[in-house]
Amino acid sequence: MTKTEQAVKNIHITDDAGAGKGGIHPLSRLLVTFFYILAVVSYQNDHLTGLLGMVLYLVIQCTWYAIPVKVVIKRIWPVLLLVSMVGIANPLLDQREYMMVANIRITYGMISMLTLMLKGIFCVMASCILIMKTGMVQICCALRILRVPKELVTLLLLMHRYMIVLVQEIERMQQAYKLRAPGQRGLHIRSWGSFAGLLLLRSMDRAQEVYESMKLRGFQGNLQVFSAECSKTASILYGFIWGTGILLFRIFPVFPIVGHVLAF
Amino acid sequence: MHMADALLTPAVAGTMYVCSGVAAGFSIKKIRAEEDEKKIPVMGVMGAFVFAAQMINFTIPGTGSSGHLCGGMLLSAVLGPEAGFLTMIGVLLVQCLLFADGGLLALGANVWNMAFYGCFVGGLLVFRYIMRKGMTRRRIIAASVLGSLLALQLGAFSVTLETLASGITELPFPVFLAAMQPIHLAIGLAEGLITAAVLVFIYEVRPELLWCCTNETKENKQNRLSYKVTIAVLAATAAVTGGLLSLAASSNPDGLEWSMEQVMGTAELEAGSSIHAAAESIQSAAALLPDYTWKNSEASSGTIFSGIVGGMIVIALCVSVCYLFRFFRKKKDALR
Repeated sequence: MTKTEQAVKNIHITDDAGAGKGGIHPLSRLLVTFFYILAVVSYQNDHLTGLLGMVLYLVIQCTWYAIPVKVVIKRIWPVLLLVSMVGIANPLLDQREYMMVANIRITYGMISMLTLMLKGIFCVMASCILIMKTGMVQICCALRILRVPKELVTLLLLMHRYMIVLVQEIERMQQAYKLRAPGQRGLHIRSWGSFAGLLLLRSMDRAQEVYESMKLRGFQGNLQVFSAECSKTASILYGFIWGTGILLFRIFPVFPIVGHVLAF
Repeated sequence: MHMADALLTPAVAGTMYVCSGVAAGFSIKKIRAEEDEKKIPVMGVMGAFVFAAQMINFTIPGTGSSGHLCGGMLLSAVLGPEAGFLTMIGVLLVQCLLFADGGLLALGANVWNMAFYGCFVGGLLVFRYIMRKGMTRRRIIAASVLGSLLALQLGAFSVTLETLASGITELPFPVFLAAMQPIHLAIGLAEGLITAAVLVFIYEVRPELLWCCTNETKENKQNRLSYKVTIAVLAATAAVTGGLLSLAASSNPDGLEWSMEQVMGTAELEAGSSIHAAAESIQSAAALLPDYTWKNSEASSGTIFSGIVGGMIVIALCVSVCYLFRFFRKKKDALR
């Protein structure tokens, strides 16, 4: 699958999201996700056991809403690569012994690298779940409630709406180029300016058309976004339960406590 | 350069959110003051353009690899730094949510590292400063390359600082910095060249779309520096460089001489063959200014004179080569 095809597919995934399924308000989802990410990154580098407890949120979300894990996992790889590059020196530079497992010496460096990778995975998965369940339009609605300036929200909505059109435009231009330059990887240096420049000119012309048509429909500086139908009680409950759960897991090492209770 | 959430602690992420928030607040205030209703739709479509343009991979000659546009400088050159900054925030937020490129908590840091430096340092400081006397192709190229290089270097430096302040990596600061800065120098250069190529195309086709474009730009397009003026400027520069700056030249051996001294114990090799001896006698007879001074004199006027003469000879040689190229090109065109 080409980069553009992947982009189009990723944008389409969120198209149907947030259409009242589950009846949770987008603001509630956004705040819970943000709180979860905040809790995950607040763990110390050697606090692996505590961090592992945070996986519960992801498991429940994926199972409850039947989110395709394959799609979520696909997005993890680039982040995992980046995080590993930053943390790769930790096992080499921090050789302090953390514990011994079957005569294998586990160092603090190893633990910190593993913690870093898990943090990366958990945060990306949480963001993916948010966008797949809420959708871009509903997230914009939540941002508006949070008093994010209307200019920025309108900008986001317009960008989301026209992104797919321009990505498809690129696809057509690239296909035309490939047909005339078979076997060539990417664009030749001589074509850089004219290719991207032409797309920019087309975009500017399109922007003019967009503005004129919006003006005819009564545009006065900002787009109105309305949240999908949702239950107020369910939204408050959702926020309260998850908020408390995440806080509980962050403060107490729930997994070791449960293990201790069951073992003895 | 998109940072993941895992690379930051809440304290650092929060600080970066505040910094980016202040810059965003300032930009929104400026946009509102403009009272241009049309601006937001244009920004939206331009944001979508940057997003789509990032899908195009440009072949980097001789490396077998490819790169893509980042967009901060480009957006500033078209929309202005404030509008460009806000558009970049939108692009980064969409990338973070739809493509998991950069984290939600790290958004503040990413906005600062990529949008702030690209739009305010690259666009507002470098691009506007270079374009203050009107727009030309050369100035666009210089501004794009310089702006992108500076923005990428500052961005990479910020990434290093933020990661270290978060205590994520055990790498010492100099090692981490040495790993980050050089690679971003290459990326910055590629980014600058792509941006320059796009902006030069726009400048040639529809210059009125560019942010710093004034009426002077159109005049400049017609009244570019004449050939004679260019030659005079070059000659004057060569005279100043050769005549005055040569006095400050180091008397130490150059790199090659130094290496030879280290290896062989002498900077000048003995050549025993008769061919070498003949060539040396011709050279000593023809050389007006051996070792950059008058023959049998240590006077500094000899150094100045040799600088000026050398500069003039080089310029004459370059101009002759250019004329030769033009002559052959005309002949080739006539044959077609």
